[in-house]
Formats: sequence, C-alpha cells, structure tokens
Amino acid sequence: MLFALILLPLAGALVAWIVPDNRLRPLILPVMGSIHLVLTVLLLGNTPAPSAGGWIWLDPLGKVVLLCISLLFVVCAFYAVGYLSYRQERSNRILCTGLLVCLAAMGLVTVSQHLGLLWVALETTTVSMAPLIYFNRNARSIEATWKYLLICSVGIGLALLGLLFLAYSTYVAQRDATLLLGPLMASARDLNPGWLHAAAIFLLVGYGSKMGLAPLHTWKPDAYGEAPGLVGALLAGGLVNCAFLSILRVYQICLASGIEIQFFQKSLLGMGLISMAFAAVFMARQADFKRMLAYSSIEHVGILAIGLGLGGGAIYGALFHLLNNGLTKGVLFLSSGNIHRSYSNKTTDVVKGALTRLPWSGGLFLAGFIAITGSPPFSPFISEYTIVSSAFIDGHHLVGGLFLLFLVIVFIGMALTVLPMVMGAPPADIEPTDYRDRLLTVGPPFLMMTVILVLGIWPPAFLVTLLRDGAAMLGVQP
Amino acid sequence: MNAFADQLLVLVMLINLVMLGSSRLIFSIRAVAAQGVILGILPGLIHPFSGHLAAITAGIILAKGILIPYLISDAVRKAQIRREVEPFLGYVPTLLLGAVFTALSFAFAEKLPLAPEHKDLLFVPASIATLLTGFLILTTRRKAISQVIGYLVMENGIFIFGMLLTEAMPVMVEAGALLDLLVGIFVMGIVINHISREFSSLDTSRLRTLKEE
Amino acid sequence: MTDIIIHCTVALLMPPLLLGVINKTKAAFAGRVGAPYFQPYYDLLKLFRKGTVFSETTTWVFRAGPVITLAATLIAALLVPLGRHAAPLSFSGDMILFAYLFGLSRFFTTIAALDTGSSFEGMGAAREVTFSCLAEPTLFITLITLARMSKSLSLSTILTYPTPAIWLAVGASMLLLVGALFITLLAENSRIPFDDPNTHLELTMIHEVMVLDHSGPAFGIILYGAALKLFVLGAVFVNVALPLSTGNALADWGVFIAAMLGLAVTIGIVESVMARLRMVRIPQLLVGATILSAFAMMLVLR
Repeated sequence: MLFALILLPLAGALVAWIVPDNRLRPLILPVMGSIHLVLTVLLLGNTPAPSAGGWIWLDPLGKVVLLCISLLFVVCAFYAVGYLSYRQERSNRILCTGLLVCLAAMGLVTVSQHLGLLWVALETTTVSMAPLIYFNRNARSIEATWKYLLICSVGIGLALLGLLFLAYSTYVAQRDATLLLGPLMASARDLNPGWLHAAAIFLLVGYGSKMGLAPLHTWKPDAYGEAPGLVGALLAGGLVNCAFLSILRVYQICLASGIEIQFFQKSLLGMGLISMAFAAVFMARQADFKRMLAYSSIEHVGILAIGLGLGGGAIYGALFHLLNNGLTKGVLFLSSGNIHRSYSNKTTDVVKGALTRLPWSGGLFLAGFIAITGSPPFSPFISEYTIVSSAFIDGHHLVGGLFLLFLVIVFIGMALTVLPMVMGAPPADIEPTDYRDRLLTVGPPFLMMTVILVLGIWPPAFLVTLLRDGAAMLGVQP
Repeated sequence: MNAFADQLLVLVMLINLVMLGSSRLIFSIRAVAAQGVILGILPGLIHPFSGHLAAITAGIILAKGILIPYLISDAVRKAQIRREVEPFLGYVPTLLLGAVFTALSFAFAEKLPLAPEHKDLLFVPASIATLLTGFLILTTRRKAISQVIGYLVMENGIFIFGMLLTEAMPVMVEAGALLDLLVGIFVMGIVINHISREFSSLDTSRLRTLKEE
Repeated sequence: MTDIIIHCTVALLMPPLLLGVINKTKAAFAGRVGAPYFQPYYDLLKLFRKGTVFSETTTWVFRAGPVITLAATLIAALLVPLGRHAAPLSFSGDMILFAYLFGLSRFFTTIAALDTGSSFEGMGAAREVTFSCLAEPTLFITLITLARMSKSLSLSTILTYPTPAIWLAVGASMLLLVGALFITLLAENSRIPFDDPNTHLELTMIHEVMVLDHSGPAFGIILYGAALKLFVLGAVFVNVALPLSTGNALADWGVFIAAMLGLAVTIGIVESVMARLRMVRIPQLLVGATILSAFAMMLVLR
C-alpha cells in the first residue's frame, strides 16, 4: 500500500503524458489527487509494517508531511482544472506530467527511511519542478528557472556530500556503513564526532538551500514570483515541507548522538532568525505580490527552523506550523494566481480593489493574509503562539523577543502591500481579461481556508495525537 | 592497485586544472567526460569485484562519460557558441586559485580523522580539490554551459568521496542519484537552449531582470 | 678521466647537431629534403670567418654580452651530469649555481640588446625577461622536488637519482615533473609554441629580436651558446625522463646520445604539429607548467 503512494501518481504521470487532448488531460490531476488523499487517509488510520530491509515506512513525522502534501495537492489539482481552462493557448502536457511525478517523489520523501533514498526523492522533486516554473515561457521565467535549478542542484549536491560524511562517520567508527535511519540512530552515540559534525553542516546547508533558509534563499523570490500560482503553492507547501522533513531526519540523528544536537539547534536558531529578518526587511514596500509571498515563505521556513532549534514544546508548534503554513500558502498562492489572471499584472501599481473586482479571490487573499501573519482565529496563530510561548517558558527570551519583533514588522510590511491591493476601487483603465471567479478556481482554496479555520478553532483529536507522536520522535517528552 | 588509483586521481586533479585554464567549451566538455570515465574505472581498482561494482562502473561510465557530455555538447551545438569569453575572473588567476585550492585540500585532508586504511590514499584530497574546482568554475564563469560544467565537476568531486564507501550506497540509490543527475543535466540543457533563444546569448550575467528594486 | 674527456667532447661538439636534427625532422614533416644534419656547423664556421660590424652607439656591454652568455652556459654544461655519469664539476648546492648561470646569461643577453638603443630589441628584451620570470620558478621547483626526493643538493646526485624503480613508485609526480620540464625546455630555448626561431617578423619574435644587431663571430657565439643551452637543458630533461642504465659506461654514453637525438626529434615533431601560441596565451602555459611542478612537489612532500 505504501508503494501505491508512489506508483499510482507515476502511472498517472504516464497517462498524462500519453493523453493527447489538452482539455481532457488536466482532469487526470483531480482524479489522482483524490485517490492520493483517500490512500493517505487510509494509511494514516492503518499503517502497514515496514518494507523488507526497513527502507520504506511511514512514521508519524512522515505522516504529518504526507497529510499536508496530500491535502494541498488535491486542492491544487481541482484548481488546476479551472486554471488550465484559461490557459488553453499552450500545451499543459509537461505541467500535468511534472505535477504527478513531483507528487510521487514527494510521497517517496515522506515514506523513505533510508537517507540515500530520501536524497534521491528530494532531488527528483527539484528536477521535476523546474519545467513547471518555466510554464509561462518568457525571459523572466527562464531566468527564475535557471537560478532555481542551479542553486537547488548545487545545494542538494552538498547534501549528498553530507550524507557521505555521515556514512563515513559510521565507517570510521568501525560499523557497517549504512544510511538507514534506524541503525544510524541506534549507533549514533558511537559515530565519529568530527565527521558527524561535518555531515550536519553540509546537510543543513544543502537541505537548507532547498528549503529556502536565509542566506541560501536567493532563488526563492524569483522562482515563486514567476511560477504559475498552483506551482508556487506546491513549491511553498510541498517542496519546503519535504526539505524540512529531510532536516528533521538529520535532527533525529543528531539528537540520538547526544552531542551534535546543541550545535545543530543553534545553527537552526541562527538561520531561522536570519531568515525572518531578511523576510521582514524585503517584504516592506514589496510591489510584486507574488514575490512578497515568496518572502513570506522565507519567513515561515525561518519560523519552522526556530521552532526546531528551540526544542521542547516548540517542536510541537513547528510540526503543526508545517501543516498550517503549507495550507495557508496554498490559499494565498492560488488566490493570488486568480488575481494575477484577472489583472494580468502582479504589481500593486495596477492591482487595486481586488475585493470589488474579484470578491471571492480578493476575500480569500485577504483571509490568507490574516491567517499567515498569525492572527486568530486561524490555525497559524496557534502554532506560532506555541512556539513563542515555549521560547519564553524555556528561557530563550532574546529569541522569543526577536521572533515577536519580526512578526510585527512582517505584519506591517505585508499589510502595506495587501491592504491597498484588496481595498479601494479597481483602476478604471485596466484592460479587460476573460478571467472570472468560478467554482473550480475559487472553491478549492475556499475549502482549504475552511480547513485552516477549523484547525484553528477545533483541532481534531487524531491530528493532535499525530503531532504529539511526531514531537515524541524528536525528543519531546509527552 | 591502490598506487594505480592514486595515479588516476592525480590525472583527475590535472583535468581540473586544465578545465580552469581552458576557454573552449567543447574541450572542457571532453575533459569532464574523461574525468567521468576515470571515475567509472576507479571503484574497480579499490574494491573486490562484484555484480554491484560492475553495475556501478557501467552506470558511471555510461552516464558521466557518454550521455551527459553528449547532452551538453548538444546544447553547445544548438546554441552555437564555442568559447567562454570574458569570465568574471581571468584564466590565469582562476588557474592559480585552483592550484592554491588543490594545495589547501591536501593540507586539509591531512587533518581529517580518516580511517587508517584511507590515510595514504589520494581520494580525500582529490575529492575536495575537485569539489572546490567545481565551485570555482561555477562562480567565475559567465556562460550557462560553463556553469553546468562546474556543477558536474562538483558532482564528480562528491562521487570521488563516495567511492570510499560504496557499501553504504546500495545500487538502487546509486542508480537513482545518477539518473537524477542525468535528468537534471537534460533539463539544464533544455533551459540553456531556451536561454540562448530568449536572450540570444548564454551570458548568465544578462539574467538580472529579477531583483529587488 | 675518460668520462670527463667524453663529457667535454660531447658537450662541446654535439649541440649544433641537435639543431640540425630538429630542422631535418621539421623538413621531413613538411615533405622537404631539408638542410643536411651538419648545416648548423657550416653556418657557425661561416660566421666565424666573417668580420664584425659594431654600431657606434654601443659600448663594451654589447661586446661582452655574447661572450659572457657563452661562458656561463659552458660552466653550466660542466655542472650537469650527462646520462648516468657524474659531472666533471660537482659540489653540494651547485643546483643553485646552475639555475643562476642561466640567469646571468639571460641578463647579459638582454642588457646587450638594450645597449643597442633599438626599440625592437628593447621590446624583445622585455618579453624575454617577462616570460623567463614565469619559466624560472618551474625549473627551480622541479630541481627542488628532485633534490627533496634524492636528499641531496648536488646536480650530479639529483639528476642521476631517477631510476625505472622510482618511476614505478611515484610515476605520477615524475610524469608531472617531466611535463613541466619539457615546457620549460621549450620556453627557455625559444622553441615553438613559445617563440619561433625561424621567424624574422620583429613584432612576434622574442629571442631572435634581441640579437639582430650582432654579426659575424659574435653572432656565431650567440648561435652556439643557444645550441649549448638547448643541449644542457635537454640533458637535464633526458636524465629525468629516460633514466636508463645499462651498467656499461661506454654503452651508457651511447644511450645518452641516442636519447638526446630522440629528444631533438621530439622537439622537431612538436614544432611541426603545433602553431605558435598567441602572445597572451604564453604566460598561461608557463603558469600551468609552474603549477604542474608545484603539484608534483606537493605529491612528493605529502
């Protein structure tokens, strides 16, 4: 059943590649997305035993990420049908195939217990996303694709080196060189500390650049800004979480080793704070609202890193935030894609009064903004509150203070862009486009927004248990 | 056999320097292909023969020695460029930097806590030197193709280190890594093609529309 | 004693023959019959029979140039071991003297060129000095590396040290040294691809342009000195690259002479198949050679 999680999307990708009709092809996406969601729900309820050799297994951490990816993908899939009906002028064969391949690879990331396999899957997500960023086929998007491809490939190459260092540390410790998570954690205390340290650095840099942690984030605004909305949603909610899961795996090993964890947590805290600071600075007066979302994504990977770096109760918050950020980013990117279609412009010079012109999309964008900046009653508020409160409880006053400061700056900066966008009257002289809010382009993000609201008011019990189990794997006493 | 492996590694490092000093792209591509073939031969020299090993050797030679160079030279042919003109840093300075990096990697490898049986081999210094050379090419050259070559050289450096522990990397993972690299280069080739069509140049310093105002 | 006599005879008589062999090889590659092997000797004899014309603007420096150059090269020829035989003159540290004898001869060649006051010769002198600046470290690093391997500072020990066994043991570094030495050999002797000894276009010349004003016996001395320099550096190269030893002293002399002729043929082939480098590329190649030798040194020191 775990293999179905990977093989089914691949089969779907094959079908998408074969189907000749441009109108028919996008329909495969919601079909595959729904099957994937059903599979995910089944797997969450009833987890199969690990595969032979223990390579493939779905542990609680994988479950959290898988849930987020599956929800996000099914929403994006339905949205894609509506979106692509406006983009019939170009072939969507590569887009549909790439999305499904990426779904398969993301699934593999969540279930692989072998770090080498995890690396392969993560690299596959990188490569399969590249053509999707280039969907618009203009000079700007090719530039973004090139930067994304080169920086992420180099980063992930460094992560491979880190993995090799990790394997070498077992070799020097005179154990069987392996990259299986279980044996690695079991023998972590005996690993050679020098090589483990080097491994931790390289893995953090490698996966960090993939995740977009500052100062390795430079590709992010370009790629997010130029990719179509639904690709941006999957980048910000899917790929980021996959990279974060990879960092969690490294965290697990560092934790098991006992000594490396202090350094790793400090580095995460540092990078997280820098990310938030960068985002706060660049978000102010950002005219391009898609780039603004990219900086918001940098801010939130920073929050994730800080949550992980603080340890203790903050880890629970970080895991919850992973889910919340993924879903909220989905809403924001999808609705911003609609606004972009309608105005055929993505700068605040032109885009004004979205609430009047597109009440649904504008409203969703506004709601997404309120949610992502951590305002109640949406779920990101809860996760961010958990992180910051546990920071103060554990005595990290400086980190907690800076965290709050950056949140405030980000809120102001983002509001300065978002509020003029949605409020006021739309300019009279904008050229008319054929985009209108329809069920397929507004319904999916609306449903997702509802989910975020529900999670914020009444988080379901199974999710709480899942997050607790996940946090327990990261050394949090329940 | 270890002595012969060392000689081959010296050759790998020499190829690094040659690439730093050369402006002809086709030449650099051939050099990186030669490096790939050497990388394919190396595991056979230091590990006992097995099916796993044969698969790795064949895979590396096929991917790094034949397919990837073919893909890049295809991109070069389509883009109709032959030379790297005006790198950010001249050839002689990069060559000297490359030599300094190579020297530093020797000094650094001395200090690493290596397993006793790996102490006298050149694998670790060669790996670090190749990695750094890759970085140097990536950062000092303007042409997109040169940057891809730099990326490849960097990957080669990582592979050299990986050879010390083929047993930790199961065939499937190894094959997956190679396949990813291959597809990655394939996609980069396509992107290069589009860059040359869109900008009628492969100069990546022209890619600067996207930045903060 | 026999060895010393043979050493002096070979060192004095053989150099022009190398030029003859190189030219014959190039002719063969170009499909010509070419000048006879002994043509350089005839040229030298012809020059020595001629009278000399000295420009009125020159001083004694101009006259001393060729003589000191030749004298320095001759001493160098006494320091270098030929084949497996120790050199007539040998003491600890003579490798430094060896390197600086070439420095001295170069200094006087260039200063004699500057003495003429001709702008062309000044340009040639500038180029010569620039390029030798880059070539000299290679020679030095190579010698130091070999000195380190043989744990001696005397050329006779250093250059007779490489043996086939050593080649097998540290082949990579030896190969690097040989490569670096060959490049230095070509550069120091103004051969293609660095300089073309046959060109007479001043703008592209390096070495030849410096001796334009010399004539008659003085020019003969310069030509002979250049051939001797090729011989001496060639002997260094052959000692490192082909460390063959038969055990019999006379047979070793035969091997050495054959190896030198082989080297001349190799240079001829290189000159036939390569074009002259553009002036801007020359430093690049020389730096490359330095890096090769430094790399070899690093491998040895490790």
